[in-house]
Amino acid sequence: MSYGAYVPRYRITPEEIGKVWGTDGVAMGQGLGVQRKSVPAPDEDTITISTEALRTALARGGIDPQQIGALYVGSESHPYAVKPTATVVAQAVGATPNLTAADFEFACKAGTAAIQTCLGLVGAGMVRYGVAIGSDTSQGAPGDALEYSASAGGAAFVIGREKVIARVLHTLSYTTDTPDFWRREGQRYPSHSGRFTGEPAYFRHVTECARRIMDRAQTTPKDYAHVVFHQPNGKFPQRVGKQLGFSEVQMRLGLVTPFIGNTYSGAALIGLANVLDSAKPGERILLVGYGSGAGSDAFDLEATEEVARLDRSIGPPVQWFLDQGVEIPYAVYAKFRGKIHMGGS
Amino acid sequence: MSIARFWRETPHRYNLDGVRCAICQTVYFPPRSVCPTCSKHRQSIGRLEPFQLSGEGEVVTYTVVHDAAAGFEMQVPYVLAIVRATEGPQLTGQVVDVLPSEIRIGLKVRATFRKLREEGKAGVIHYGYKFAPIEDRSVPPEPKPPEEPTPVPTRTGPGSAKA
Repeated sequence: MSYGAYVPRYRITPEEIGKVWGTDGVAMGQGLGVQRKSVPAPDEDTITISTEALRTALARGGIDPQQIGALYVGSESHPYAVKPTATVVAQAVGATPNLTAADFEFACKAGTAAIQTCLGLVGAGMVRYGVAIGSDTSQGAPGDALEYSASAGGAAFVIGREKVIARVLHTLSYTTDTPDFWRREGQRYPSHSGRFTGEPAYFRHVTECARRIMDRAQTTPKDYAHVVFHQPNGKFPQRVGKQLGFSEVQMRLGLVTPFIGNTYSGAALIGLANVLDSAKPGERILLVGYGSGAGSDAFDLEATEEVARLDRSIGPPVQWFLDQGVEIPYAVYAKFRGKIHMGGS
Repeated sequence: MSIARFWRETPHRYNLDGVRCAICQTVYFPPRSVCPTCSKHRQSIGRLEPFQLSGEGEVVTYTVVHDAAAGFEMQVPYVLAIVRATEGPQLTGQVVDVLPSEIRIGLKVRATFRKLREEGKAGVIHYGYKFAPIEDRSVPPEPKPPEEPTPVPTRTGPGSAKA
């Protein structure tokens, strides 16, 4: 029914990160396909990013928050280990108390899992509107390859049966136990299995999921105006898109990681928001998310006449977030992200 | 601040929930139960109705804080301002996403949702309104050329990790 995105203001370049660790940051950025990544301010986290994105979505759709019956926030950087992100977000948009709310976690695909849950609840008539948010303030360990891409941002989607801007024609998931990326309880930074995160993890799940949903929908890549993949970096989604037979034109709007980094649970969803910012009625969109551990959720969407009626001028378009930003040096980044030991208690 | 006290203030800190006098239409923030400016302020008791501020306003005056209160060290130097809401009330709040050199009296701002403070590493996190400049969000009509985000993947290095 509506959507909104939010990306914090600050940016850091791979070159600046590389300077600190004695590596060629420019080459690292080129290898990853990341020009800049977003950095949250010290007073921003998954809760504030989710709230900003959802407020935009509600304003665009003119949606009464009291009609939200379910609100789920997918993230791997919930500010609390115990105490829901979703309750704060629900209160901050005026949706409480008549709703169910919970936090989702499935590496980078918790947001798409939340969308599927909302589709079920709305489809069953249990709630009028469901809200699914994918949002993160991801961290890579200092010096780790992840540090060059892990960033912050999120997107919110309101799901219902009225004024539908994009119809979900099919959704399908592909899930296995694949240990490519994880963070153990109490650990500050995630761990990953290097190259193993590629072929057996991201590529297998995304291609299998994309092929299976196209089989079910009886479509081919040519049927889609836009395709959006999970984008841990700039190169994986482009390579998987080529493997599946999509063109760069189809992938262009859905690819946002080169400009803001990998926003984890927000990544594919901010890409979808960017597509919806300019989607025209009748355009078909394929969205394939991915979360380590591992699984893919795919969505076969079709923009409706309502997308042209939605007031997309309310709130910032995704392109604005991609273009703007204040670049900061590594020292400020380290301070903002709590990487400096301050002493004291 | 105690958890209970902050929790009681959640509606106005999260959603800018104020009140409006049903008699003289004056808007108050934070909420109060008697209208002090209304000529019939005794009659105003019980007639102050819930009223949510839009969050938009302009900077009346400001200060740049260099010597921060505990918990705000990471944000120095930061801007603290009195903002006159479009509906009338004046609010004190931090202005974020602005450099001290950019802040000025009359700057148009909108409310944004941020962390206000944390009760240490293990304590509760308090959220609420701050302000950010209303920026020109117009985007050039032509999107970026497609060749820009096209680094050709030639090697699978350690940077292939994701979530």
